[in-house]
Amino acid sequence: MIPELGHFALILALALALAQGVFPLIGAARGTLVWMHVGRTTALGQFLFIAIAFGTLTYAFVVNDFSLLYVASNSNSDLPLQFRIAAVWGSHEGSMLLWVLILAGWTVAITRFSHHMPEEFVARVLGVMGLVSAGFLAFLLFTSNPFLRLIPAPPEGRSLNPLLQDWGMLLHPPMLYMGYVGFSVAFAFAIAALLSGRLDTAWARWSRPWTTVAWVFLSLGVALGSLWAYYELGWGGWWFWDPVENASFIPWLAGTALIHSLAVTERRGAFKGWTVLLAISTFSLSLVGTFLVRSGVLTSVHAFATDPARGAFVLVFLGIVVGGALLLFASRAHRIGLGGSFDPVSRESMLLLNNVLLAVAAGSVLLGTLYPLVLDALGAGKVSVGRPYFEAVFIPLMTPAMFLIGVGPMAHWKKTSLPDLATRLRWAFAVGLVTALLVPFAMGGWSTPVSLGILLAAWIVTSSLAGLIERLRLSPVSGGILAKLGANSRSYYGMQLAHIGVAVFIAGATLVLGYESDKEVRMSVGDTIEVGGYNFRLDRISEVPGPNYIASRGDVSVTRDGRAVTTMFPEKRTYGDKKNPMTEAAIDWGFVRDLYVSFGERLDPNTWAVRIYHKPFVELIWVGWLMMSLGGLLAVFDRRYRVAVNKWHAPSSASLLLGAGAAGAR
Amino acid sequence: MITPTAARTMPERLRICVRLLLAAALLALVPLSAPAKTAMPLAADPVLEERLMTLATGLRCLVCQNQSLAESNAELAVDLRNEIREQMRRGASDRDVVDYLVARYGDFVLYRPPLKASTLLLWSGPAILLLLGLGFLVRTLRRRRAQITQIPLSAAARARAQELLGTGSAEEAS
Repeated sequence: MIPELGHFALILALALALAQGVFPLIGAARGTLVWMHVGRTTALGQFLFIAIAFGTLTYAFVVNDFSLLYVASNSNSDLPLQFRIAAVWGSHEGSMLLWVLILAGWTVAITRFSHHMPEEFVARVLGVMGLVSAGFLAFLLFTSNPFLRLIPAPPEGRSLNPLLQDWGMLLHPPMLYMGYVGFSVAFAFAIAALLSGRLDTAWARWSRPWTTVAWVFLSLGVALGSLWAYYELGWGGWWFWDPVENASFIPWLAGTALIHSLAVTERRGAFKGWTVLLAISTFSLSLVGTFLVRSGVLTSVHAFATDPARGAFVLVFLGIVVGGALLLFASRAHRIGLGGSFDPVSRESMLLLNNVLLAVAAGSVLLGTLYPLVLDALGAGKVSVGRPYFEAVFIPLMTPAMFLIGVGPMAHWKKTSLPDLATRLRWAFAVGLVTALLVPFAMGGWSTPVSLGILLAAWIVTSSLAGLIERLRLSPVSGGILAKLGANSRSYYGMQLAHIGVAVFIAGATLVLGYESDKEVRMSVGDTIEVGGYNFRLDRISEVPGPNYIASRGDVSVTRDGRAVTTMFPEKRTYGDKKNPMTEAAIDWGFVRDLYVSFGERLDPNTWAVRIYHKPFVELIWVGWLMMSLGGLLAVFDRRYRVAVNKWHAPSSASLLLGAGAAGAR
Repeated sequence: MITPTAARTMPERLRICVRLLLAAALLALVPLSAPAKTAMPLAADPVLEERLMTLATGLRCLVCQNQSLAESNAELAVDLRNEIREQMRRGASDRDVVDYLVARYGDFVLYRPPLKASTLLLWSGPAILLLLGLGFLVRTLRRRRAQITQIPLSAAARARAQELLGTGSAEEAS
């Protein structure tokens, strides 16, 4: 009975989504306030009903209701409670339900935080969100219904993939979806602006905090996925260029371009068309990402579902979203003004170059990810595109972009002089260069790739500091250094923090690549091995029962210079009737280095193949991503997003002048 | 601000420290390893194993979902590693091994697809995208410059006019 209530709630939600997609848009076109208001109430109702549906499905998992096909396929009564909850989005149907739940959540957030925007604009945004939601709800109900019954109910369900039985499964997919779906807000804002024909700086200012929040969630999602792969898969790697990882990374690259482009549109009124295109592409790529992972077209560690009807539906849906948006864009393109003018050498042009590089990188990763699928579909042979390809393409594209991180924020808007920039940045460059030359020696040996990586990282840090020092020196604020520091906006510090996060990430990735050491040995109880200056001793092996598995656990004591450092417990877990045991690596986390011990095969009853890694500074990778995310968060809380947004109402606003000026220039 | 001399000596000091620590670690190993025995490398020939693993990271485990031959413990992957190990022991070069695998399993086994007619677009794609992107960039910048020069004024006069207008309504000047 309860699942049927959830099913029914989902149908009601679809009806409400359709209402939300139709009435506010018509109301906005005709100027009927009552129709426009329909958006706010339907959004709330839709969220309520989807939450009920989601709640009933979660309940079915919690009480092990195996009369639901989806529950029986993805969970069993041995599964601990937290993973039964995570199993709700452990496969296709439930993750789509999570998708629409998050979409409805974002929509309600818009209704809550939009009182400074004109009702007509909000109505259009809500209308677009309603249409997207209706598409996904129809997809759920017609092709991916999680409430289908299985009669007679089996006594026990199948298990969740042991790889997914981890805390990462509780956090990573919701974070990622918050990001993916968050870009639907940027998309809806862009479409609403196109519909109203008022693409101005006000639109960019409203859109910017929402887009940044979505980007923050996506960044956290990508980082969590990487961290999870690092500790769960037992190979000690942190990025595999797996299609599923690429599916989240491509929208991230496009989204990163978008938040930079929005900065120009907000501050200078330029790149409006480009920003709109990026908003459309970023959301489309999020849809592609969802589709890639969840339709089963990929053969990869994360993809589980296969059904051609779903594929067809998503392709058609994608076609409507992308095609419709681009058509609308094309029909309005002539009305988009050029905005403020700028010189070929200016902050605008550098941000545009950064956008080109990020967009090309996103396009290239997409090409490499889709190429094998397309080739296979055409019957033109099977190829694999992996790490060698992506690294050969991605690193050369990103290197100049990393260099620009140092230059761009120092450049003036409108026009800047290269010799002047060079003068202002010469110390930053010198210090960066010296750091890059010295760090490899300090770490234990020269390596050209390491030196180049450190050069980029150090350059970003020193140039960011140079920018801050210059700001303080030229600050008109009288008073001490604290007063001057306090005068800078939060979005300025957010940018600095995020950029330095990029540097921290590069430093971590470079150092671990250059100086990690590992050994693969056969260990019996009592054996020792030295890796990276640490001494590892296998003290004992014991059988330890878990909630739904049996683990062979090793006690590995670690010493350094005769002093005890820690004891690590790598495991090999056997889940139920699964043939292949899963590796559960033991990690001793540390800022300066991680120690990573992972069991391989059991060679004989007392001997295991053991792989031990010493990974210097590997954690900087995720610290860097965290800093980027926190930087984004800091920027969202900038004061200007809360004040001075009522300009739009005033007919004499700069935006109108801007439109007139640009039209005149044509 | 770090003075250049300090900057030069700091890492050297660090290096000395690291060396001392390493020496201490080695010394510390002696009493520890006396009762216990040092674990043997899994591979009989670690140099060859290193070579094998480097090569295998670029090769796909054909039955796995998306794992390299180096990472996978699937039966086929273990067999193939044994096969490669055996071939390498007999003196086969990396090239020979790859040729052998491609002859048997096709290009699918390679994570770096070979350049041929069917992969031409894959390998040229990023360059084409970059050229298109840069073309777009140059066109945009040119168009904007044209937008400025349309105003029939000398460069100096225009600059002055912009300067005068600059603060009040910069956007309007465009």
